[in-house]
Amino acid sequence: MKNIKSIESLSEHNYKLSNSVKNLLDIDQLETNDLDTIFTLTEIIDSFLTNNDKKTSLLKGKTIVTLFYESSTRTRVSFEEAGKLLGADVINMSGNGTSIDKGESLLNTCLTLQSAHTDLIIVRHPHSGAPYFMSKHLSKTKIINAGDGWHAHPTQALIDLYTAKQSYDDLKGLKLVIVGDILHSRVARSDILGFQKLGVNVSLCAPKSLLPTTLLDKSTSDASDPYNTVSVEYDLEKALDNADIVMPLRIQQERLGEVSGFPSLREYSSRFQINDKTLKFAKPNAIVMHPGPMNEGVEISSEIAHSDRSQIENQVRYGVAIRMSLLYLMLIGGDFND
Amino acid sequence: MTKSSIGIKNVRIIDPYNNIDNVLDILIENGKITNIAEGIFSQSGNSNLVVIDGTDKILSPGFIDLHTHLRDPGEEHKETIETGMRAAAKGGFTTICSMPNTNPPVDNSTTVKYILDESNKFELIQVLPIGCVTKGRKGMQISEMWDLKNAGCVGFSDDGDPIYNSEIMQTALQYSEHLGLPVINHCEDTQLSKHSAVNEGKISNRLGLSGWPNQAEDIMIARDIELAKKYGGHLHIAHASTSRSVELINDAKNLGVNITAEVTPHHLTMTDSWLLGHQKDTDVFASLGSEAYDSNLKVNPPLRTKTDIYSLLTGLKEGIIDAIATDHAPHALQDKITTLDDAAYGINGLETAFTLLASLYHQNMLDIVDIINRLTLGAANVISNSIERPKGIKKGELADIVLLDLNSDFTIIGKDFISKSKLTPLEGMTLKGKVILTLAKGSIVYEENNN
Repeated sequence: MKNIKSIESLSEHNYKLSNSVKNLLDIDQLETNDLDTIFTLTEIIDSFLTNNDKKTSLLKGKTIVTLFYESSTRTRVSFEEAGKLLGADVINMSGNGTSIDKGESLLNTCLTLQSAHTDLIIVRHPHSGAPYFMSKHLSKTKIINAGDGWHAHPTQALIDLYTAKQSYDDLKGLKLVIVGDILHSRVARSDILGFQKLGVNVSLCAPKSLLPTTLLDKSTSDASDPYNTVSVEYDLEKALDNADIVMPLRIQQERLGEVSGFPSLREYSSRFQINDKTLKFAKPNAIVMHPGPMNEGVEISSEIAHSDRSQIENQVRYGVAIRMSLLYLMLIGGDFND
Repeated sequence: MTKSSIGIKNVRIIDPYNNIDNVLDILIENGKITNIAEGIFSQSGNSNLVVIDGTDKILSPGFIDLHTHLRDPGEEHKETIETGMRAAAKGGFTTICSMPNTNPPVDNSTTVKYILDESNKFELIQVLPIGCVTKGRKGMQISEMWDLKNAGCVGFSDDGDPIYNSEIMQTALQYSEHLGLPVINHCEDTQLSKHSAVNEGKISNRLGLSGWPNQAEDIMIARDIELAKKYGGHLHIAHASTSRSVELINDAKNLGVNITAEVTPHHLTMTDSWLLGHQKDTDVFASLGSEAYDSNLKVNPPLRTKTDIYSLLTGLKEGIIDAIATDHAPHALQDKITTLDDAAYGINGLETAFTLLASLYHQNMLDIVDIINRLTLGAANVISNSIERPKGIKKGELADIVLLDLNSDFTIIGKDFISKSKLTPLEGMTLKGKVILTLAKGSIVYEENNN
């Protein structure tokens, strides 16, 4: 790190991901050494960003499209910023004002972007598996999954892992408690894979109706399956016992539908809110993370969200550096020795 | 089409209609079976006669498919009556029952007549239309079932959708009892299944998809059994896919309920774990494969688990499940080349059915005699009140037969399908077992290497 004078000079170093990472579809594609590479780069980049040494031309001539079929603040803005800071041309696309409005299929939209010399598509889609579908049909353009349905959100998981690592030297043996709407959460699914890979014990806390039924079925225990080895606790105070990292999730009301097994935010918050009272059951130095967007007063109290326990603003801050690292590694790094 | 003259020597004839399982020779002259015996072709006789060596091959009566979507009228870009019939012949089927979810739906005698007239234009196989249970398949009012039967329907179904309203199901069973025809229900509690693409369980969680639980099927089967038990009628369960369904059907049969059931080749051979994209069952946790979320695996009901498969196989062996039916559901490329959520339900079934079933034989999971029984006699029994019992492989009858090779490799290639739908999740797979020759009403309707 000491030899690196600027973000620009990253290119003098041989940082690269495993060859298998052509597209980033979920976090479990990344080997431990890939995670190390991404985190090393993130630390370097974040330090330059903090010193306001931001703009580079590493990705000059590269075209990145953010293709968002669902709304987003953090993810879209930080990807756009990451691309621009690295000198790439970033084009933002969503339904409004494009041929998606005219009924163009996902396949044709992708093929159009590929023909228009797009190097990388960052896609968010309400349907689980949409980035997998795209990757099957794109030969030249790479893909980063920025969230697909309930399935995966690998860059958020990278952010969450990195943020946790800033608070704890070694994540091994720590206890992460994810509280809330696990059923509909792509962040939870990717975080479970990522944190368990680094040796964190993951515990889930939610009403049964907001948990995937498969997590409750322990009849077929498969130790190799991270979703099978998480523990489930319905009582928040018991769940938080001995916790090092606490992560409340938003209730995804847009996915609950009109006929809903969810009674009210009022009742939910009275049972599952992370606040001064409930957080006392976690370890005294436990940190609080939230992938956003937050509904303060529901899953988390405003006092905790803005307390010194909270790493929420750091998560957003690291989001830019994580995504810069990833864009660099996927568009340049991997080709270094080719 | 001219009637065929053909000889097959030294072939294992499995004929459930006549209780035959013997290695014999068979002579067909001008479409008619004129001799079945040992050693017919031991001396050189008629030199003009084509004699096929049937050694290690199987001769069965033509298969009956109780569940075929022909898409015609209305969606002729997916399949036509002609292409569906030709695909069926290639699969060894000489009789198929066409499902009524066409456009317009088969809820009136005119549409039944169209299907029969269209199918009779070609001297191929027999098409037996199934009519709608309710007008317009809307689930609100039962259709004119007498009319439909008189026009040629052999059963009633709103397949594609369940008969959701319990009162409609009750009256449909009562009304159809006069006609002796089955009410064929696609059992799905759509509130529970949420129109999901995948079985609820480990795999749906892994893929981040809402699940279609077994219970959504079991609940409606249980309801229908209670209705049939009290109100009568012949209840036929379409495409049973769960373990519990086998228990429920077995209990109902033991209670004397007039119930029959079918299972599809894909529900017997593929599991939800195929959606992980590794092209095989795997119990080891791994990253999703490049073929994950293959929309060609989206079927309704969804592919289930090994546990369900074992129960369904037991059901077949014990006769709890009467028939194997394809649920051939062809789609155009654009209906499938999209995300799993957006893709249409359905799999190309006719041309791969026997090969998939043969794979069960090769894994010692199902006997060939059971396979053939459920594709012939078992299926015929379900519609026995509206068709003459097939004569089987019998001297003096027109040949309605299929010659099968259990042991030769068959590589499945979608673009070689006769069906208009060229899509299959089995693309590129090589399996053992294929259809060599099909004769219907004494004429060759499919011959390998001649298509």
